[in-house]
Amino acid sequence: MIWESWSAFWAMGGRGFFVWGSYGALAVAVVAELVALRSARKRAIQSLQDNDDDA
Amino acid sequence: MARTEQQSNEKFGGRWFWRYASPATFYPVAGMIEKLCWVAAIVLAAIGLYIGFFVAPTEATQGEVYRVIYIHVPAAWMAMVIYLAMAFWAATGLVLGTRLSFMMSHALAPTGAIMAVVALITGSLWGRPTWGTYWVWDARLTSTLILFFLYVGYMALVAAFDDKKKGDRASALIALVGAINVPIIYFSVNWWNSLHQGSSVRPGSSSMASTMLTAMMVMTFAFWAYCIAASMYRLRTEIIERERNAAWLPAAVKEASK
Repeated sequence: MIWESWSAFWAMGGRGFFVWGSYGALAVAVVAELVALRSARKRAIQSLQDNDDDA
Repeated sequence: MARTEQQSNEKFGGRWFWRYASPATFYPVAGMIEKLCWVAAIVLAAIGLYIGFFVAPTEATQGEVYRVIYIHVPAAWMAMVIYLAMAFWAATGLVLGTRLSFMMSHALAPTGAIMAVVALITGSLWGRPTWGTYWVWDARLTSTLILFFLYVGYMALVAAFDDKKKGDRASALIALVGAINVPIIYFSVNWWNSLHQGSSVRPGSSSMASTMLTAMMVMTFAFWAYCIAASMYRLRTEIIERERNAAWLPAAVKEASK
């Protein structure tokens, strides 16, 4: 372990805001993309089924 | 449709891989690639972050803030690579008239745009403590911002046309013209004076500690896997939307959702 303690880890040498802000931004972007992907898929399948019902 | 596929099969000697240019054949293949890549992305990200945060040492001049590199550089690379892939599939679609190529191109764009945003945000959060500013209008930052706008323009153009075929062709043009921006981003730090540092990784030589480099490369592979998985997922959704009247589709969708 290269960190003296967990609080040293979270502090990132006083640059915690910038480091964790970056990783947080990535996490938000990934989660947003996954949610968008899922809901687009649901909509597509729903409209496919509606299509079937009409036929 | 069947006619053109048959024609292109004859034109190119009916080689096996042309079968995969058909949405019906590629749909299940895309599903397999996607699943493999989700697993790879999670495993590689776990390994890469572990090395990056618990093995790689503090950087001598920057301290701990350099650890942003493990996501900043892969995101920036993916934003460029995905744009080139998008332009490649757009060109393929224009030349061969294969509809799967255009769909592939569309499926890549949102993930590429997200990678560009991540590169810009992480870059500005890294710039503030190291350069003293969140943003400068220098060549690399500006050309990366243009890359983001190209993605947005491309997606807007795809969505703007009611006639999907016209949208395919119009958006393919912006993808191709915009591709010139990618080498500009890549070489910008050599061509212009820039606050942005030069490449730390070059073929054959590198200016980083080996554990840092290992972590960054593992994270890069994780990003590749994630981007492929997300694009394949989006591609399959697009196939469901566009091939909705195809007889094979309902069974394939049902098979996949088991």
